[in-house]
Amino acid sequence: MSPAPTPKPSAPPSAISVRNLRVKYGEREILHGISFEVPAGETLVILGGSGSGKSTLLRTLVGLEQPSSGEIWIQNKDFASISENERDDLLKKMGMSFQGGALFGSMTVGENVALPLQEHTNLDESTIEIMVRLKLDQVGLSGFESYMPAQLSGGMKKRAAIARALAMDPEILFFDEPSAGLDPIIAAGIDELILKLKKAFRITIVVVTHELASAFLIADRMILLDKGVIVANDTVAEMQKSLQPRVRQFLDRVPEPELTGEIDYLQMLTGDVPPQRQ
Amino acid sequence: MPLTETIGAATLDSLAYVGGLARLIGGAIRAVFILPFQGKKFHMSRAVHQAMSVGVEALPITSLISFFVGTILAVNAAYELRKLGALHFVASGVAIAITRELGPLMTAIVVIGRSGSAFAAEIGTMKVNEEIDAMETMALEPVQFLVAPKFLAMVLMVPCLTCWADFMGVLGGGVFGVTSAGFTWGTYIQATLDALLQRDIMTGLVKAAMFGLVITAVGCQEGFATGLGSEQVGRSTTSAVVKSIFMVIMVDLIFTTLFYVTAPR
Repeated sequence: MSPAPTPKPSAPPSAISVRNLRVKYGEREILHGISFEVPAGETLVILGGSGSGKSTLLRTLVGLEQPSSGEIWIQNKDFASISENERDDLLKKMGMSFQGGALFGSMTVGENVALPLQEHTNLDESTIEIMVRLKLDQVGLSGFESYMPAQLSGGMKKRAAIARALAMDPEILFFDEPSAGLDPIIAAGIDELILKLKKAFRITIVVVTHELASAFLIADRMILLDKGVIVANDTVAEMQKSLQPRVRQFLDRVPEPELTGEIDYLQMLTGDVPPQRQ
Repeated sequence: MPLTETIGAATLDSLAYVGGLARLIGGAIRAVFILPFQGKKFHMSRAVHQAMSVGVEALPITSLISFFVGTILAVNAAYELRKLGALHFVASGVAIAITRELGPLMTAIVVIGRSGSAFAAEIGTMKVNEEIDAMETMALEPVQFLVAPKFLAMVLMVPCLTCWADFMGVLGGGVFGVTSAGFTWGTYIQATLDALLQRDIMTGLVKAAMFGLVITAVGCQEGFATGLGSEQVGRSTTSAVVKSIFMVIMVDLIFTTLFYVTAPR
């Protein structure tokens, strides 16, 4: 019997490991060398205000943006250096729920959920039909298979998008602003659904949001991003107790101070963080 | 900026654009002919669906336009030919002009208006709604999933439509020939057959296939280049139509010159 292969020393045990990640749009750097880990089965919530870089971070994690430097390891594979087939295999183990749902408008809800199964498996149509019904049932959309996305409400679209993201039984789920733009009751329903998925399937979940109530409800761990840098990376309890000024300002919903000095104003325009807020 | 720099920058932009089109065409060819052998699915049903939309549904308008163009061509030819007492050349003039040039060109214009713009709008809307991003996160290659079926449908259907447009154009010329130029249907058809060489039809069909490639590439490229916001979709659609017409004329010029040099009549 051959000896068990020894894991690469650089491969971390986490579901997701981000090391010194930098992302640029043209000449403008959005993420300034951030690092964090997401252990398997945990729910990480990435908090941050508008323009903090949280959506860019999420897009980079799922491969929609290319890092200018740094590494992203997903399930012990370096996302940047794997082959096209390995990357596809990895993507099949990941599900993404977009802010607006991003359901294919020309397909019914059922066809949307069936698509990844049709493309990536050899299951016959009747099995796919059963799986679609199961997935829609999991998100509380039983009987909506034949509806077009345009016929659904905002909350239902998000649920349908989650059902599509769940189609391939992913090991990692990403959510971009799952409760944004929804009324509190529908938003609570989405939070409940995420908790249910977490409990039932032990999926690693990464959620980008700026909704504090939702974040504290679903998170195991939280990251607060501010102007492309991580200012806090703690458990929920630690985050709540944090005395760090920027964390307190965000959690206590304190507005930005008025910019009085010319230097502050220029720093805001150029995207440089004033030193006292680092 | 000095004039030379402006010209240089515009030339580089144009070359980059054509390079983008070539990359898209290459990606689609790979998706149709290579990837299915590497375990990636290519759904012929999507290509058939596109072919119905691009080809079959375009038949009525293509027929009508080609018919009238054939008639207009015959009337205009008759103006001059009557002076020379050569009205019997109307049939051959119409046949050659339609099969070599106007059939493929008028078909291309109809297809640009119906399908090229629709491709840009469809892909542009999907881009704005993050559907293209969703596709990528599902390990679905947008070129393979969206673009390749369109290419296959267009390369097959534009020549088919052109064949039909050639027939309708000749028919349109025939109506004038029979009613006003002293032909009977028998003599008109015979004169047409005598004037046409197989090469006339074939060169037209080769051009039509190239037009199909170019229209699809430009429509899809403009769709993928759509910026954020719904008004950008309209801009992409307009741009797809204008650029497609220009590119089709350029391709026409290149191929007509090529056929003239390599296979003179």
